[in-house]
Amino acid sequence: MERASNSEGAGSGSKPVPAVEELESVVIRFVGDSGDGMQLTGAEFTRAAALGGNDLATYPDFPAEIRAPAGSLAGVSGFQLQFASGAIFTAGDAPDVLVVMNPAALKTNLAALEPGGMLLLDAGAFKPKNLELAGYEQSPLDDGSLANYRLVSVDFSKQVATALQGSGLSTKEVQRTRNFFVLGLLFWLYQRPTKPEIDAIRRRFVRRAEIADANIKVFEIGYHFGETAELFQTRYRVPSAKLAKGHYRNVTGNEATALGIVAAGQLAGRPVFYASYPITPASEILHNLAGLVRYGVTVFQAEDEIAAVTSAIGASFGGSIAVTGTSGPGFVLKQEGIGLAVATELPLVIINVQRAGPSTGMPTKPEQADLLLTLFGRNSESPVAVLAPATPVECFEMTIEAVRLATEHMCPVVLLSDGSLANGSEPWLLPDLAELKPMRLVYRTDPEGFAPYLRNPETLARPWALPGTPGLEHRIGGLEKEDVSGSVSYDPINHEHMVRTRQAKVDRIARGLPPAEVFGGEEGGLLLVGWGGTYGALHEATRTLRAEGCAVSHLHLRYLNPLQSNVGEILKAFEQVLVAELNCGQLSMLLRDRFLVDAKRLNKVQGQPFQVREIVSAARALLPKGVLRELRA
Amino acid sequence: MSMEPISLTRRDFVSKEAVRWCPGCGDYAILAQMQRVMPELGVAREKIVFISGIGCASRFPYYMNTYGFHTIHGRAPAVATGLRLARPDLSVWVVTGDGDALSIGGNHLIQTLRRNLDIKILLFNNRVYGLTKGQFSPTAQKGMRTKSSPDGTVARPFHTLALALGAEATFVARTVDTEVQHLQEMIRRMANHKGTSLLEIYQNCPVFNDGAFEDLKDRKLKSDHLLVLEQGQTLRYGAKQERVIKLNPMEARLFAGKVGEDDGGVEVVHNERAADPTLATLLSRLEGPEFPTPIGVLRAVEEPTFEEQTHALAEAQRTRLGKGSLGELLFGGERWDVS
Repeated sequence: MERASNSEGAGSGSKPVPAVEELESVVIRFVGDSGDGMQLTGAEFTRAAALGGNDLATYPDFPAEIRAPAGSLAGVSGFQLQFASGAIFTAGDAPDVLVVMNPAALKTNLAALEPGGMLLLDAGAFKPKNLELAGYEQSPLDDGSLANYRLVSVDFSKQVATALQGSGLSTKEVQRTRNFFVLGLLFWLYQRPTKPEIDAIRRRFVRRAEIADANIKVFEIGYHFGETAELFQTRYRVPSAKLAKGHYRNVTGNEATALGIVAAGQLAGRPVFYASYPITPASEILHNLAGLVRYGVTVFQAEDEIAAVTSAIGASFGGSIAVTGTSGPGFVLKQEGIGLAVATELPLVIINVQRAGPSTGMPTKPEQADLLLTLFGRNSESPVAVLAPATPVECFEMTIEAVRLATEHMCPVVLLSDGSLANGSEPWLLPDLAELKPMRLVYRTDPEGFAPYLRNPETLARPWALPGTPGLEHRIGGLEKEDVSGSVSYDPINHEHMVRTRQAKVDRIARGLPPAEVFGGEEGGLLLVGWGGTYGALHEATRTLRAEGCAVSHLHLRYLNPLQSNVGEILKAFEQVLVAELNCGQLSMLLRDRFLVDAKRLNKVQGQPFQVREIVSAARALLPKGVLRELRA
Repeated sequence: MSMEPISLTRRDFVSKEAVRWCPGCGDYAILAQMQRVMPELGVAREKIVFISGIGCASRFPYYMNTYGFHTIHGRAPAVATGLRLARPDLSVWVVTGDGDALSIGGNHLIQTLRRNLDIKILLFNNRVYGLTKGQFSPTAQKGMRTKSSPDGTVARPFHTLALALGAEATFVARTVDTEVQHLQEMIRRMANHKGTSLLEIYQNCPVFNDGAFEDLKDRKLKSDHLLVLEQGQTLRYGAKQERVIKLNPMEARLFAGKVGEDDGGVEVVHNERAADPTLATLLSRLEGPEFPTPIGVLRAVEEPTFEEQTHALAEAQRTRLGKGSLGELLFGGERWDVS
């Protein structure tokens, strides 16, 4: 495509019809001020891609500040989306199209755009004050620094001002519609039908008809602008992906987690109790559940993280499916409570949506550095089961799995999500309801032969005996208990027995787990190992390398404690093992200790997900020099 | 629920666990009165749960033959909140101490009082940390010398009940461990209160703070030092009821005077049901040596509980939208089909 800079307003007379080019995949990144509505714009474009049948993945990347000073570098909010006609697993390494709402957004994001990439920007925002705030001495629009990109420069501000003249809206309100202008333009460029979006705008602003009208008008003007302004000689079409048949919806990890919590209650036919203290990036779980209380979910916004976990323990004692959700700093505060659930052997699910730390760290940025904290962050020997969903969609089933394990084995289970899973979204092929297995939560009712720590010989779980049950009156607590009877005990031999029993109880969970599966080959060559939200990047990297003929396979762990029984076997079947994590090497440390394998490390701690190319190049460096080994059939 | 009348005795509430408080500890008396009152309440034993934190007082649940949960330091109100929200059919009691409730667990206490869940909180106040062997607590009198304050403490103590009234607790009362009948009556009152009830029990620690409440216990002294609050009665005390707490209306403060003396003050009739907690707050701040210590119910008002309001919201959502099903949950939102 030709550079179409400053051609705004052009076009009259004979209009050349733009050609349509078919693309397999497109990555768009929207960047602007926190108040520019980038998350909304991204989400709306995502909906259009989903309704258009594309496979897709999103990665919202925003600051913790709700409204950082307008135009400042700190206030830049971004939303990246990849949509494709084939299967994709990440939101893309680098954008093909960068939509820029102001100079600060350009400054902080231009480096991500490859030369030749499309830069669609609001020329109206490149005013002296904004340029100064972004640290530009000269406007990048004038100094030739953008020559390597396909620059499409339009004065959005002027367009919306003209469009909404006489609408009665304030200048500020008018300018806030700019994102819908861009959205309209992109709808035209990627040939999306406008009707569903217009309906969506109506629904969204149902209480403010004048704002809905303005946004719709601007959206339509943006769309027609694409057609009339002759900025583009090509329109694009990303055909529908060949997705499996069925019903789809788009979900973020946090939405899927909330749905999993509700579903667990429905599958068990038992009440659910969710307690939480607001914290980024876990709060959406709380928000989602607050709207779903009619499903038998009691939602409690506690006074702090400790009250959240301990109230959940109280509800668990009472027979509820008890869940508490948080992120790193809150998870630290919950540790003593989790220890109480370990000692009293009550079922409890703790969701930690990990974020970059230490301390407050970078609240909106993902990291996977709480694994060792989860395993070892409490006083004494305090084992818990640990699960990690790999994708936003998987948050649903892994949450249900966490509830199942906690209630079957009478122990705390930690679900390690992260900021990129929590806010990232993808299409979800909705499960067949018949495939969701009912859960059987058993409460002890028979007083005959009852003792509070009488164990199931298979699982070692103690009975769940609820207050209100006649004849089962008993006392539990954080003091060490004599096995079976549950009396307070300082007996040395009993203590060691109880420590080992609590460990064995968690270890025995592995007996019921399906074997871990490897993508790629069963043995030989390089094994990439990961866990949690890095799945997409690792999977795509593995596919890329295998397509090139490299003997690379991928093991992604969903169960971190206990590990599935065949993990050691898998690790030993490969010549090389590379553990890729968004931390300084926590899983690799565990695997090296447990299996004495010479696991190499690929670590990134930038508060950003892995890029596919980073993994590809790290893997290549480990492959024998000059030899790309043929894969066995 | 069993339809038969529940007939239990004190012994039904005694657990098999050996009681391990120091000889002479005030906790024994409280335990005994609790076991004595429980059978009168008409609540099935299995419906009763005692929840405690950490400290001497917090061993209490082990000795009650009901359901019990000895939790972690300061968190008993939060555990109780979760249990009560999940199980409004249960009678939930919290046993805590001055360190547990007012220091490490201070926030949970005031938040619970603010929310008004139906939880009955017994706060054993001995003004010292006993289990950790004698450090000052947040109710220690200013200047108290302890192992961790050899030259005396410098901070003033909490007025426990003023704190509770600040949170607008719906039931606030005080008693003394040795006032057996009064203690029983206070337990009965809180058992019947719908909402969070806080009973502060002045309790002697014979090892680390012996005699802290001696003026309130000594037979000769106590009539001058105890002000027994009664609904609808004036605030008279003294051996011959000759002394009285009056209100100085110009300065909105209470003062100790004599009955019938023209001192510009007015006698106040105690009304525990007053919606405004101001007078109760004035009472909660009275202390020796200038004033007698009020015992009894300072405040008892009816307000909707947190749990009934929470569950009513869920019920309203069910009425509006239905009780929901798995299918509706998953398929109800915006979706598209691939065929």
